[in-house]
Amino acid sequence: MSTVAAANGGRRRAAALWRARELSILGALVVLVAVTAAITPDFLSAQGVKDTFLNASILALLAVGQTLVVVTRNIDLSVGSLVGLVAFTSGRFVLGHPDRGVLLVVLLGVAIGAAVGLVNGALVSFFRVPALVVTLGMLYVIQGLDYYYAHGQQINAADVPASLLNLGSGSVLGVPYLPLITVLVMVAVGSYLRAYPSGREFYAIGSNPDAARLAGVPVRKRILTAYVCSGGLAGLAGVLWLARFGTVVADAANGWELRVVAAVVVGGVAIVGGVGTVYGAALGALLLTTIGSALVVLRVNPFWQDAIAGVLLLLAISADRLLSLRVTRALRRRNVRHGG
Amino acid sequence: MAAETPVRERSRTEPPVRRAGALVRWDVIVAVLLVAVFAVGAGTTGDFATADNLSFALDDLTEIALIALPMTLLVVAAEVDLSVASVLGLSSALLGALWDAGWAIETIIPLVVLVGAGCGLVNGVLVTRLGLPSLAVTIGTMTLYRGLAYVLLGTNAVSEFPQAYADLATGAFPGTPFPYPFVLFVLLAVVTAVVLHATGVGRALFAMGANQEAAFFAGIRVKRIKLLLFVLAGVVSAFAGVVYTLRYGSARADNAYGLELAVIAAVLVGGVDFNGGKGTLGGVVAGVLIIGLLRNLLMLRDVSTEIQSMVTGLLLIVSVLTPRSRHVQTSLRRRRAGARAGGRGRVRRHDEAVDAEQ
Repeated sequence: MSTVAAANGGRRRAAALWRARELSILGALVVLVAVTAAITPDFLSAQGVKDTFLNASILALLAVGQTLVVVTRNIDLSVGSLVGLVAFTSGRFVLGHPDRGVLLVVLLGVAIGAAVGLVNGALVSFFRVPALVVTLGMLYVIQGLDYYYAHGQQINAADVPASLLNLGSGSVLGVPYLPLITVLVMVAVGSYLRAYPSGREFYAIGSNPDAARLAGVPVRKRILTAYVCSGGLAGLAGVLWLARFGTVVADAANGWELRVVAAVVVGGVAIVGGVGTVYGAALGALLLTTIGSALVVLRVNPFWQDAIAGVLLLLAISADRLLSLRVTRALRRRNVRHGG
Repeated sequence: MAAETPVRERSRTEPPVRRAGALVRWDVIVAVLLVAVFAVGAGTTGDFATADNLSFALDDLTEIALIALPMTLLVVAAEVDLSVASVLGLSSALLGALWDAGWAIETIIPLVVLVGAGCGLVNGVLVTRLGLPSLAVTIGTMTLYRGLAYVLLGTNAVSEFPQAYADLATGAFPGTPFPYPFVLFVLLAVVTAVVLHATGVGRALFAMGANQEAAFFAGIRVKRIKLLLFVLAGVVSAFAGVVYTLRYGSARADNAYGLELAVIAAVLVGGVDFNGGKGTLGGVVAGVLIIGLLRNLLMLRDVSTEIQSMVTGLLLIVSVLTPRSRHVQTSLRRRRAGARAGGRGRVRRHDEAVDAEQ
């Protein structure tokens, strides 16, 4: 009885903690925007806000995919190079074929991404190669492919069909497509992870892989799914990248894998797995992007951006650790009091 | 090389059955592979096996080789440091900024190395005192240190360092074709090998990597040793930054961008288990040389750097895959045997899992 109560209390406390986590990112975001806007009112111009959201949506989309992987106590470092590969490949695909539909391009991009994700996932889940090693190797391989395929050429915006560019700059009812797509994907993945039994299993795997296996969770299948989704979303992000920027080189998003991991971790997804939501991750992406825009507007040396992102990441994981230590201590005290 | 892994931990990744098949160890395969690469290179490419070219290849490898040494110790202890290349960049930028400000190089170099120690200390404190995973911490500090490098130097480059120091970084050790920094690497590699394979500290590292808690209860000062390893990685990376800057005669914030991946690739290709507790320094040295010679060979044959990195990536995946594929075969065979024995595959797997827990 008492242990049940304690467990409930613990769960409530933990839930409150994570709500607080997303709230605290939101709070940081509001403070950042308020301060920046107070100094330079231009920051809140319609164009400025739109740009920030457009820039954040691609990062947030990648963060959603990365969350699926990180929650299972793995990592996917291949996404940055994959975005570049897909952006370039889909650019080639539409080159001289303006009649090829947007949907077809999106499908191609997602398929390429999912195929790469499948390889990553198979190596991690069936061959039990450490995720960092597999996806690091994949990063190299894709970078090589990028070059081999692109030979340093670039896709020019003039060659990209208007229908595809419209995906990047157009809007429906005043809401640009890009954030809309990201929010749709985020809500879909978020509710799957939250409400479906198989979605909960991702968290079970991340909390304790051995226990999850003994409890009958198809661990390998779920990890494979996580990688295929992460790859597929990176593919989608690649197509959106092409639609947004028009002019792309194959190594366009090099280094983004670490920005994505930073966004996810700042957003409260524990790197050791089992904890975090896609909403937090997407907020983390929005926060990092907003910091970037704010620094530009405030005319701070833009080189501070990386340093600040790094500090923020360290603060986020340290705060998480301290909070969880406190929760553990509180739970232990409560158990002692209840004689548990 | 001859030292065997002291702690035979029975983990899921290495069930007892594998021991029989483990007669050919991966680091031996790597050594054979190294000889093969060399032979193929010498046989097919005329310019490969010349003293000049080999000296150049080793020179090009200096920083990866130097940083691979502390990285090996870290990975054996089941930690990792992704910030090494950023520390290198920061040290290069600091060197450039101070030189530009008119400081004497004799003052700058110790200071830069000290800053590197500080960077490593930050990593170490966050990992050992707060108990944070080193992967997350060093992804953060990797961004932070590289960011600070840019803050110091922006996109500028500082050059024209004293000739005497540049000569020290590029010149050959008298009487050998080996560049000075490579001679330093050989010395440090010997020291590291002795520490790792012939001293109590080395055995402690293997023990920590295999099972941190057991090591702690066995009286090993796990946190202190790990903290020192991170500081060591910072010091060596900063020093590698000095060598890099003098070698290319150019201090830039983006120097050695992405080098951490090459270092980790070299360590893992050398047969160190990413989960800690297994590996030999001889294997790592062979891994470093393979990657270096392979890159050099591809370069001589006019293959682009990107394809070179692709080969590195494939080598990395294959090197981790090969020792494990045997395990997968074993477990598949077991399961099939279990299925034949009356659909008890599920139960067998359960037993296996319980086995692994103990």
